[in-house]
Amino acid sequence: MSPLSRAFRGRRRSDADPARIPPGQYVTDDFPVLSAGPTPHRPLETWSFTIQGSIDEPVSWTWEQLQALPSETITTDIHCVTKWSKLDTVWTGVSLDTLLDDVETSAEYVTAFSDGGYTTNLPLEDATGGKAWIAYAFDGEPLAPEHGGPARLLVPHLYFWKSAKWVRGLELRNEDEPGFWESYGYHNYGDPWREQRYAGD
Amino acid sequence: MIELIEETAEATSIVLDLPDRQRHRAGQHVDVRLTAEDGYEAQRSYSIASAPEDAYLVLTVERLDDGEVSPYLVDTLRPGDELELRGPIGGYFVWEEVLGGPLLLVAGGSGVVPLRAMLRHHQAVGSTIPVRLLYSVKSLDDVIYRDELMGMAADDEIDVRLTLTREQPEGWRGYARRIDQELLADVAWPPSEGPLTYVCGPTSFVEVAANALVGLGHDPGRIRTERFGPTGG
Ligand SMILES: Cc1cc2nc3c(=O)[nH]c(=O)nc-3n(C[C@H](O)[C@H](O)[C@H](O)COP(=O)(O)OP(=O)(O)OC[C@H]3O[C@@H](n4cnc5c(N)ncnc54)[C@H](O)[C@@H]3O)c2cc1C
Repeated sequence: MSPLSRAFRGRRRSDADPARIPPGQYVTDDFPVLSAGPTPHRPLETWSFTIQGSIDEPVSWTWEQLQALPSETITTDIHCVTKWSKLDTVWTGVSLDTLLDDVETSAEYVTAFSDGGYTTNLPLEDATGGKAWIAYAFDGEPLAPEHGGPARLLVPHLYFWKSAKWVRGLELRNEDEPGFWESYGYHNYGDPWREQRYAGD
Repeated sequence: MIELIEETAEATSIVLDLPDRQRHRAGQHVDVRLTAEDGYEAQRSYSIASAPEDAYLVLTVERLDDGEVSPYLVDTLRPGDELELRGPIGGYFVWEEVLGGPLLLVAGGSGVVPLRAMLRHHQAVGSTIPVRLLYSVKSLDDVIYRDELMGMAADDEIDVRLTLTREQPEGWRGYARRIDQELLADVAWPPSEGPLTYVCGPTSFVEVAANALVGLGHDPGRIRTERFGPTGG
């Protein structure tokens, strides 16, 4: 039980459906930014996306090749560990199912890696089955660098740090290994509905 | 909560005496949770302003007029009230002497809070690592910890520079504009000295400062950032 805060009533400004807001989150119309360092600026000519690790031969796509793959437009809610949630965000990108379609692997985990050295880990199960995308547009516009452009991972059912910005590839792994925030005290899995913010939650 | 210290018209320090206080690292934050009578809760993050060596845990909160939590903390909370905290949290935006330097601290507005913890820690351990603080703020009246920072500047190892972006006192000889590449080139250690840099403030401020440092040739891997909020300041 939390102690009551004397004379605190709260704003409750949002008329959002409470069933859509995970515990401890509040709804914002802004799009705040959580990053550990400077924003990388990657020219599209030198961009590529690679799947490597527990796989016979790494596979890569250039920017143009990625754009040529079937894309999906997803409307989804996102939840950041710093407490904000943003509802009905609209993204365009390629489903990881499409990219992993021809990949034979025994791996059970993936580590996404990004420009700037950022990494994040998740079970392969959470990256497949229509749950994850490589997103390159937000609201129909190219994704801005501070929000992870040119392309970011989008895994909206987990806290948003799992949706690695500036993503450049996936490492398929047989064993789980904590990524960047996961090694600095954040939860290894990060389910917002179970409020798995920090290690031990 | 045992004491409130009015730092500026908008920012107040909240001094807390915690039952089982865990030692924190300079730069970390806590999560504050407020609970209304009907069970409604609001949570926000606040950086720890005090050094690990200080007797009490201090938060410094800037009031955002249309905000939900910050006006409560600044205007309604009174000594004797209880506050529910979670933390300390965060393991990356921290500075300890073993991480070395030279140290460049870049603050926009209330972004100075975790950097002040680093400065106090630097003094508490008697570090000889050279530090520069560049602090961007609207006017001299908005400078949080003004006397303390001026006092620290007397320390040989610590150099404090202000830029007053909106209003300058008569005869002001410091910087008088928003942070840009030229200003950072002036203040920052040259990239060849490999400074360790911490940038904190509103998101747009952090973007400008960090991008400018990278543009000047600083190693992005040695620039650590903390973004406080969505809008510019
Ligand atoms: C790791 C971390 C550490 C932080 N440390 C501190 C600290 O030491 N001191 C401190 O005062 N704040 C700090 N903040 C910001 C703090 O968590 C809250 O976001 C802030 O107090 C606003 O909360 P609120 O409920 O009053 O406003 P809200 O009700 O959340 O928002 C009100 C309005 O203000 C805007 N807004 C929200 N946050 C900001 C902001 N930071 N700057 C400008 N506009 C904003 C919103 O978009 C909205 O329009 C920190 C944030 C993070 C993520």
